[in-house]
Amino acid sequence: MFDLGKTRARRFLLASALVAAGGLTVVASLPAMAAEGAALPKQEWSFSGPFGKFDRAQLQRGFQVFKEVCASCHSMGLISFRNLAESGGPEFPEDAVKALAAEYEVQDGPDKDGEMFTRPALPSDRIPAPFANEQAARASNNGSLPPDLSVITKARHGGADYIYALLSGYEEAPADIELRDGMSYNAYFTGHQIAMPAPLFEDAVEYSDGTAGTVEQYAKDVAAFLTWAGEPSLEARHKMGLNVMIYLVILAGLLYAAKRRLFSSVDH
Amino acid sequence: MASSKTAEPTRRDFLYIATGSFAAVGAAAAVWPLVDQMNPDASVQALAAIEVDLSAIEEGQSVTVKWQGKPVFIRHRTAKEIEEARSVDISTLRDPQSDEQRVKEGHEQWLVMVGICTHLGCVPVGQSGDFDGWFCPCHGSHYDTAGRIRRGPAPLNLEVPAYEFVEDEKVRIG
Amino acid sequence: MSSLHGESYEPQSKFMKWFESRLPVMGLLYPTAVTFPTPRNLNYFWTFGAILMVFLVIQLITGIVLAMHYTAHVAFAFESVEHIMRDVNFGWLLRYVHANGASMFFLAVYIHIFRGLYYGSYKAPREILWILGVVLLLLMMATAFMGYVLPWGQMSFWAATVITNLFSAIPLIGKEITQWMWGGFAVDNPTLNRFFSLHYLLPFMIAAVVVLHIWALHVPGNNNPLGIDVKKKQDTLPFHPYYTVKDSFALIVFFVLFAAFVFYAPNYLGHTDNYIKANPLVTPAHIVPEWYFLPFYAILRAIPDKLGGVIAMFGSIAVLFVLPWLDTSKVRSARFRPLYRQFFWILLAVCIGLGYLGSQPAEGGFVIAARILTAYYFFHFLILLPLLGFVEKPKPLPASISESVLAKSAGAAGAESKA
Repeated sequence: MFDLGKTRARRFLLASALVAAGGLTVVASLPAMAAEGAALPKQEWSFSGPFGKFDRAQLQRGFQVFKEVCASCHSMGLISFRNLAESGGPEFPEDAVKALAAEYEVQDGPDKDGEMFTRPALPSDRIPAPFANEQAARASNNGSLPPDLSVITKARHGGADYIYALLSGYEEAPADIELRDGMSYNAYFTGHQIAMPAPLFEDAVEYSDGTAGTVEQYAKDVAAFLTWAGEPSLEARHKMGLNVMIYLVILAGLLYAAKRRLFSSVDH
Repeated sequence: MASSKTAEPTRRDFLYIATGSFAAVGAAAAVWPLVDQMNPDASVQALAAIEVDLSAIEEGQSVTVKWQGKPVFIRHRTAKEIEEARSVDISTLRDPQSDEQRVKEGHEQWLVMVGICTHLGCVPVGQSGDFDGWFCPCHGSHYDTAGRIRRGPAPLNLEVPAYEFVEDEKVRIG
Repeated sequence: MSSLHGESYEPQSKFMKWFESRLPVMGLLYPTAVTFPTPRNLNYFWTFGAILMVFLVIQLITGIVLAMHYTAHVAFAFESVEHIMRDVNFGWLLRYVHANGASMFFLAVYIHIFRGLYYGSYKAPREILWILGVVLLLLMMATAFMGYVLPWGQMSFWAATVITNLFSAIPLIGKEITQWMWGGFAVDNPTLNRFFSLHYLLPFMIAAVVVLHIWALHVPGNNNPLGIDVKKKQDTLPFHPYYTVKDSFALIVFFVLFAAFVFYAPNYLGHTDNYIKANPLVTPAHIVPEWYFLPFYAILRAIPDKLGGVIAMFGSIAVLFVLPWLDTSKVRSARFRPLYRQFFWILLAVCIGLGYLGSQPAEGGFVIAARILTAYYFFHFLILLPLLGFVEKPKPLPASISESVLAKSAGAAGAESKA
């Protein structure tokens, strides 16, 4: 009886091993990371890991960096002002978001005379883009298009680590590299020549909570903010995941016991 | 190990029932997201309340704004219209409601109503009908200057939505 | 040979007697799904059929629900997917379940296929069952491919472009065929619309073929790890409760892996470029298909000729259709085929190797390796299997399943008493 149990256990292990092997195949066969950029140093993030949560204060600081620095060239077209007040995000107070939205003008209309007009933005409006269209964005940026930042951390290998590395990774070009006109050197950017000039510098943004205004701090805060913007459901997902996992493990245990009990009376 | 073979039937049954029930609970929980996804989503909810600036509406005028996909009538009533609405004997009405119940105290000149006829859902026409209020062209319901049903097939007064004055000349509907 | 049956259904209640005499649905389902005689020695590899059924249902339900919010238009598709992720109640959950569910579906189907290869489940009298399975694989691949196009990211667009361009390799009418598939001169809005329509249709065709697949299974009954036929009642157990409970347990264990992806690494199996909206003017530096297509992609790129590559890729699946006649051995299970067993593991390694090579850039040593492995893949099916039947000396087969099971438990008992 005991040995039979072992046989069954062995068979189960074999099956699990195959599932695991399949999983590993998946991992092994994943697309190789684009080799052009330098290896990304891993940062500590409050949101990584299965229990990860965003740091509200960090997200609020990150939004400030986005608003005062990034937003002058980059759009964030998938985010509405109201998102900034929703739970699981920066969680700004509703009133603050309303006031913030009102600082922006958005186009509406047509009115009864058929004219388009502008009005102060509402929390339900998307964050307006700095340029009217791609051509205008290119014309103002030396021919380059600043990408939309809504899902940027999911659209780049390394996510937040990449954003941090890129923003804090500007340096003098090595002597053997000749930069093209208007380009800056960045070890983490594919091809090392990036059209975006170093956007952050010491004390560029004044934090109200007394956090030090260093380039690294800005880069980290804005990378966290952009991670939230790309994945606003992260906290809800982690929370539900824990419940689901606990449930599945208990159910698997019950089913295994039921299965053992069933098969205990038959040879198989 | 050997004991499992001789386990009494009740304990055996308990294990199966517990497993089955636990699985059923999980299945039921999994159904909820499939149901809830059809409820109004966050972008729709964000438009559930609107704010309307009343300062541009002159006395005697009315405007129609869209709220939750429906027309809302906002009428800046004249003193005569208010007087007309208040002089009616409430007990004679089909859906007895005083004018005071249909407006906000201190803002009696403003009448805010969902512009959908309570008969079969048409949109009544303003400033017309036998009672100087609204007239529904579909089946001939007449509403007075407080939006109450006075004649015709409609059973109820025009609905007053939940709204509040956030400023003296600004309302939030919803 | 008539269909295998379990005990037939006897309605107990008055209502069921009344109902059954008018619509004998239980009479149809009961002997095939409840009391169906199932070999008593099935191992956990036999649970994947049930797991696959569950995943088909999961994909169908989440897919229908996602279609309530998705917009199949090039101007709105990407945004509508993000709308699902951000605004729709539980939208993120539904989308991640659907996207990762596809990967789990393929993982399960590959295990199911290799189980069939190992235990010779494709051999007589199960040839049609196997062929229907290959049809299901093809339908799954078409469905998954078209589904991947719908979010209209960069990888969606370029995968659609590359794969549809395969058909331009057809001599004489290649160009016309591709334009017919696109509904234009490149992948564009008409393409997205028809892919959405077909992505919605194909799963129902899969479900229909699954019915045939199970029907074909229930004629000879399940194969089993010994590969010998069921001979008497003692060889089997009723499907319910024995295998319903065992399958459920395996399913929940598989769900743990599934949930780990959905909740903790939902984008791990995807590609970052698909979070960039499709741009017909810029090709990503590194186009790779989803992981489950990588071995086929490697075969495609291994052949230095366009038409040849396409033929080899489709041939790698086509060869499975004739597998029951390529394998000349009368013994089903690899347990009793000492040589085939070695080659089975080599084939598995080759397929995984091809998957790895499919993810690498098509240059230098990778291409050479892909060529060697592609050649071996076809060598295995076209040359090795036909010859092996004549060369190999199988081990003696047990007389029956019950005898083997009893011998095993006797051996186990003996081992226990010795210990």
